[in-house]
Amino acid sequence: NIFINNEWHDSVSGKVFSTYNPATGEKICDVQEADKADVDKAVQAARSAFSLDSVWRKMDASERGKLLFKLADLVERDRAYLATLESLDTGKPFLSSFFVDLQGTIKTFRYFAGWADKIHGSTIPTDGEYFTLTRHEPIGVCGQIVPWNFPLVMTAWKLGPALSCGNTVVLKPAEQTPLTCLYIGALIREAGFPPGVVNILPGYGPTAGAAIASHMGIDKVAFTGSTEVGKLIQEAAGKSNLKRVTLELGGKSPNIIFADADFELAVEQAHQGVFFNNGQCCTAGSRIFVEEPIYDEFVRRSVERARRRTVGNPFDPTAEQGPQVSVEQQRRVLELIQSGITEGAKLECGGKAPLSKGFFVEPTVFSDVQDHMRIAKEEIFGPVQQIMKFKTIEEVIERANNTEYGLAAAVFTTDLNKAMTVSAALQAGTVWINCYNALSCQCPFGGFKMSGNGRELGEIGLKEYTEVKTITMKMSGKKS
Amino acid sequence: ALHCDHATMAQNGTIENGLARNTSPLPQPVKIPEIKHTKIFINNEWHTSIKGKKFPTINPATGVKICDVEEADKADVDEAVRAARAAGQRGSEWRQMDASSRGRLLHRLADLLERERAVLATLESMDTGKPFLHAFFVDLDGSIKTLRYYAGWTDKIHGKTMPVDENFVCFTKHEPVGVCGAIIPWNFPLLMFMWKIAPALACGNTVVIKPAEQTPLTALHTGALIKEAGFPPGVVNIVPGFGPTAGAAIGSHMNIDKVAFTGSTEVGQLIKAAAAKSNLKRVTLELGGKNPCIVFADSDLQSAVEETQKGAFFNQGQACTAASRVYVEEAVYDEFLRLSVERAKNIAIGDPLEPRTSHGPQINQHQFDKILELVASGKKEGATLECGGCAVEDRGLFIHPTIFSDVKDHMRIAKEEIFGPVQCIMKFKTQEEVIDRANGTQYGLTAAVFTRDIHRAMSVSAALEAGTVWVNCYNALHAQAPFGGYKMSGNGRELGEYALAEYTEVKAITLKLSERLTL
Repeated sequence: NIFINNEWHDSVSGKVFSTYNPATGEKICDVQEADKADVDKAVQAARSAFSLDSVWRKMDASERGKLLFKLADLVERDRAYLATLESLDTGKPFLSSFFVDLQGTIKTFRYFAGWADKIHGSTIPTDGEYFTLTRHEPIGVCGQIVPWNFPLVMTAWKLGPALSCGNTVVLKPAEQTPLTCLYIGALIREAGFPPGVVNILPGYGPTAGAAIASHMGIDKVAFTGSTEVGKLIQEAAGKSNLKRVTLELGGKSPNIIFADADFELAVEQAHQGVFFNNGQCCTAGSRIFVEEPIYDEFVRRSVERARRRTVGNPFDPTAEQGPQVSVEQQRRVLELIQSGITEGAKLECGGKAPLSKGFFVEPTVFSDVQDHMRIAKEEIFGPVQQIMKFKTIEEVIERANNTEYGLAAAVFTTDLNKAMTVSAALQAGTVWINCYNALSCQCPFGGFKMSGNGRELGEIGLKEYTEVKTITMKMSGKKS
Repeated sequence: ALHCDHATMAQNGTIENGLARNTSPLPQPVKIPEIKHTKIFINNEWHTSIKGKKFPTINPATGVKICDVEEADKADVDEAVRAARAAGQRGSEWRQMDASSRGRLLHRLADLLERERAVLATLESMDTGKPFLHAFFVDLDGSIKTLRYYAGWTDKIHGKTMPVDENFVCFTKHEPVGVCGAIIPWNFPLLMFMWKIAPALACGNTVVIKPAEQTPLTALHTGALIKEAGFPPGVVNIVPGFGPTAGAAIGSHMNIDKVAFTGSTEVGQLIKAAAAKSNLKRVTLELGGKNPCIVFADSDLQSAVEETQKGAFFNQGQACTAASRVYVEEAVYDEFLRLSVERAKNIAIGDPLEPRTSHGPQINQHQFDKILELVASGKKEGATLECGGCAVEDRGLFIHPTIFSDVKDHMRIAKEEIFGPVQCIMKFKTQEEVIDRANGTQYGLTAAVFTRDIHRAMSVSAALEAGTVWVNCYNALHAQAPFGGYKMSGNGRELGEYALAEYTEVKAITLKLSERLTL
């Protein structure tokens, strides 16, 4: 059901939608479908919970932190159940859900719980007979739209800082994956958050999502998803009430492997960097630039590794890879693979849907990829690895940066100079050196250029959820 | 009880925090048939003293010995330092741990304190003489909150990257200082224990801590909880003992990197000198105070009376923040005095374990004598004794809450820290005069201003030379806000983000890049 004011509601319109298990194609259950009218109800609840005399606004900051800690404890208590639900709804391997998604979720809540009573303003030595201080206040009602690739983790990345800073929330999980987010609603209530602080509205982008982006009663919107939809959200925010916007969008992240890299490490990290989560990561290292002297061997070893990647049911502990999240995503990936073949890249392995049931795609490797090809330019969001050759450092930096995206990048080298210089030159919000997908809630994450606006996580993540008020007081004559 | 409203304490933030009104009965002291933890705590193990010495700890309400405790001396301190050094080495479990995991351990310790709250409050009350309900609602609350506050900081201790000239990459790391010695007083034993270990551990240090010889018990009980929480051996070591032996050994140890001391200004000076003479260990000091309250005619007088009195008599006046000088504007002086005396006479004196008690005994004979000696000097030097001024009959170390009026700035009771339940009330005419008089001391720990006028509040608080200035309140201390002294009330700050600076050592790392790679 829809979660508003700590209660479960049917949709105003009576509509429901279905959520499916992508490993089998079968329906899991029906879910109440939120539309504009439900968003209006939720905003009203969130606005009321944010009023100056509300329990939430009057609560000690440290007490907000305690509630977030309690929420983390409850997620930990129900870890196995949530991991199961997540795998069922997304198709990601259960052990991944348990060890990566659930860990990230719990740690993110705990990290932001610790910030709640440490959100400092300043006192400032202004000119004249004045005393000035700043307060970092909550913004207000925050709309949050999360994607289907890491439903629970993305929910934590959104709720953690928003609640730590004292905001109230209207959150829409992706229509493909509403289940774990709704379960969090139950835990929010159990933890003791006052009613209306968090409201969860499962539904579709063009209806519920659009209602959030253009709502006159929402003060800020945070969106994680495709660049295409991100642009619509920012436009709607401008057109409506200039609500503040943060966006975490797509990527076509370059992974640069120098000849002096630790070869084994580079092959494995490049493999995981593109294939993790069935290739459905905004950070997917989907353009791998390999220095000429090691190129052939690198391709050979990468293909060997891809062939060894086990594909199967998410609940099979030996399966490294599950299905894509939906038939639409599966089709899109297969279409892009076809374009790679058509445009002349060399298909080294994979390329097909291996099973008739479920939305699977084989681990696929292309070599001899040229920068102009669609598979080198467009975000695939599937288990497809592109390997390209480069000669010089200047050349590869230019090619790596030659994209509208700028989310992540990586460099593999043992040379200190190369590591420092290349990481400084890359236009990406996160640059990994001799690793990939090393994400931690203490560190800011976000995109250069069209991969996003703003940063999530870390101390910097708090900025996006506070509104700064400057208070200047006239001082009587004497200035001490 | 009028002195400190126990019913209010029991609600303790519940209403603001949206919790159901606390309707449960007041907590009760626990029967403790045997004190379990009386030994020296090193490497998560209990040790007897190397020299075979023990010392007794006494219940000041009854004069009866509670138990004997192993007495640490220099040799034991050396053992503890060795353990702390090993536990903090590069490559040790403690150093290898994720910063966020240090935070989990601090949280776990806070959870254990909550579990043992009644036991710890009982021990604290028995060992210090403070009323049990104060220990439960103030000392334990502050201890738990301090731990949780610093648990949240562990993975947020940031260095910086900075743009330096030429072809260099420069960044800083905020590393642990190393082995931190801590020497804590007897007035808030457990709370002071947490004020020291929480930031130290949050920053990744290891600790050798000496509780006061008068009050070792809650520290030692906490040792058991530290082990239970899962801190690696050697991270926290507890060495109960005396100042001139164990304390001095810490102050001058060549293998301790930093010492934090809370106590008298006199001993603070010895510690700072010893730190310099030995190995220039970093020093932070929280020392005494002679804290002024300034009550203006436009204040809420009733509230000012209550707050200033809390300031003077809380913990039997045994607080570094004790509000032992109250300056009252001439126009309201007589009324203020009248209300204060009336209030003081209604303070409930009794057995600290009884729920009605707001006022217990002084800590020991030495303090008791010192306080009464100062009271006598007040009488001799011509102040007017309004109430109290003597020991409670047939009640050992109990002293009546005492108020002097017509106090002059030159009198000993106006200048020296009394550390007892004695309030000195003085008259003033103008704002400029009272600011000068309030600042006319070598101390500078806290101060308070009582006024409704915004200009007065802002300008007087700006003018006072004190580390904490309270406006229309007293003793409002929070883990999130820094605390410490101007002038001879101390060096450095505890609590808040500020404490982290005292427990980290900054390393700047500068990398030269080869000139050949220009892009």
